[in-house]
Amino acid sequence: MSNVVTINNVTKVYVMGDQRVEALRGISFAVESGEFVAIMGASGSGKSTCMNMLGCLDVPTDGEYLLDGVDVGRLAPNELAEIRNRKLGFVFQGFNLLARTTARENVELPLVYARVPAATRRRRALAALEQVGLAGREGHYSNQLSGGQQQRVAIARALVNDPAIILADEPTGNLDSKTSVEIMAVFQELNRQGITVIMVTHEQDVAAYAGRHLVFRDGLIVADEINSFPAVATSGQETTP
Amino acid sequence: MTTFLQSLLIALRALRVNKMRSLLTMLGIIIGIAAVIAMVAIGTGASKMISDQIASVGSNLLLVIPGSTTSGGLRTGAGGAPTLTYDDAKAIKAECPSVENVAPTIRGSAQAVYGNQNWSTIVMGASADMLAVREWPLVAGRNLTPSDVEGAAKSCLLGKTVAESLFGDSDPLGKIIRIKKIPFVVVGLLGGKGQSPQGVDQDDVIFVPLRTAQRKLFGSQFPNAVNAVMVQAKSADVLKKAEEEISSLLEQRHRMGPSRERDFTVRNLSEMLAVAEQSAKVMSILLGAVASISLIVGGIGIMNIMLVSVTERTREIGIRMAIGARQRDILLQFLTEAVLLTTCGGIIGMGVGVGGATVVSKLMEWPTLISTQAIIIAFLFSAGVGVFFGFYPARKAAGLNPIEALRYE
Repeated sequence: MSNVVTINNVTKVYVMGDQRVEALRGISFAVESGEFVAIMGASGSGKSTCMNMLGCLDVPTDGEYLLDGVDVGRLAPNELAEIRNRKLGFVFQGFNLLARTTARENVELPLVYARVPAATRRRRALAALEQVGLAGREGHYSNQLSGGQQQRVAIARALVNDPAIILADEPTGNLDSKTSVEIMAVFQELNRQGITVIMVTHEQDVAAYAGRHLVFRDGLIVADEINSFPAVATSGQETTP
Repeated sequence: MTTFLQSLLIALRALRVNKMRSLLTMLGIIIGIAAVIAMVAIGTGASKMISDQIASVGSNLLLVIPGSTTSGGLRTGAGGAPTLTYDDAKAIKAECPSVENVAPTIRGSAQAVYGNQNWSTIVMGASADMLAVREWPLVAGRNLTPSDVEGAAKSCLLGKTVAESLFGDSDPLGKIIRIKKIPFVVVGLLGGKGQSPQGVDQDDVIFVPLRTAQRKLFGSQFPNAVNAVMVQAKSADVLKKAEEEISSLLEQRHRMGPSRERDFTVRNLSEMLAVAEQSAKVMSILLGAVASISLIVGGIGIMNIMLVSVTERTREIGIRMAIGARQRDILLQFLTEAVLLTTCGGIIGMGVGVGGATVVSKLMEWPTLISTQAIIIAFLFSAGVGVFFGFYPARKAAGLNPIEALRYE
């Protein structure tokens, strides 16, 4: 299998006033297509910086980042936006759906920026919603959905543009444990279909669903281990109140 | 096009969410545009009123007056040079192809008496063409005929003011009035002309046949002289040509060599009056300029609210950027919102302005004129205000760092 992500000796230094903060101090790893990776570590360990970099929201100070064969480390902001739009899907802790907007419109948003015609947008958004088990709820507004449902809309939004990777930043951080398991089931199902998932979490039991663990500490990777027997999340779909 | 439509839809939604705020923000633009439209309407109305007054003098007019004879020093005073004659007027009519009508006049003031009423007024010796030249309607009786003029008949036409002063409600037609003790029969009554652009009551006048005035009322040692010749050109286009024709004809008739100073002056009345009209236009531009200050204030209000909106929606901007919005997309989104605000405000403001102008013209009987040109300019201007004042907030939104924007609470 080919590497979808290759990180080579990447560093990230922030300068705040006269203080230099080394968030990443030279990390290297690769992610193969179809993997389910959990990035773990305490806060301040550099995992969020790494996630921002993987998500092309930030560029490395030094080192090389190849995403799907493209060196994205030296791209201009607009080119990064295009990479985010076409190759990445984001799932955030706080769901980050647009308020006063229906589920379908939220899911369509990446396609809007990809200049996809309206009819195609609609079809693909509905398909993505169905994939995360929200068929029939496309007309609901964000505030009419439960946390788990909102997160599924977010996952559908991440899926809709057929990305190379889905990046999930503490996707279960705002959810109760039962809903968390449901969300993990969605990720596992998507992963089974061949989608690469990289997830940041600090919870061991959430990381247990991933097939590989990358552990960060003080801007370095201190452990990179295969989880040969990931926990299986039971699909508890359609148990919404 | 689809991108534009898309950002229009997004902007519409954003404005709908904050209805009250959108309306208040628009209010500045509404007031600004309404003020501009109303002020320009009132200003143009005023300038139209002036040009109507100008038209009341008569159109395509040239005024030929005798020169102030500087050559002879002692001989005559300014304008009093008896160099212009009735024959000159006849020659102009006969020989200048661009001339339609010619009205020589001689004027003086005199006391008019009827019964126990008397009234001091202007007496004009005029030819039969006078009314045509001045586009002056006759409301009763008849005009002076050429034979009245040539035969020095003692008939006269009364201006509206004179008729009212001497006769009150009774019918003056056929009555005999005395001017300088000479009896005149009233043969015609003139319609009201109102004030001249200089504020003189044009209706305070009596017209008598030119020959009568020359020989019997204002007799002088130059019995053929006239004070002025009013000339109506065939159209506005040949006004200049008529001026040249008259000048060369009179130069020839008065045997002016190139060395001698002209003893007459041809004035283009329409041109002079156009100057007055121009000043009214300047006035309406000034009014509009003052009103557009309120538009600028409204624009600043838009900028203020857009800045607040950008801050408020930082997180939304972050989300949009994370899922692939380019800086240009964000810029366009906020710019569209600002322009939508101002153009909506502009359209409402137009309604208010047109309404306001109509009310002003009804209540104060002040003429107003709403030109489509002003409306189009106001609309474009309001859109321009949106672009101008929306650009800074939109650029600020587009320049946000997506990571920080996403983290913003």
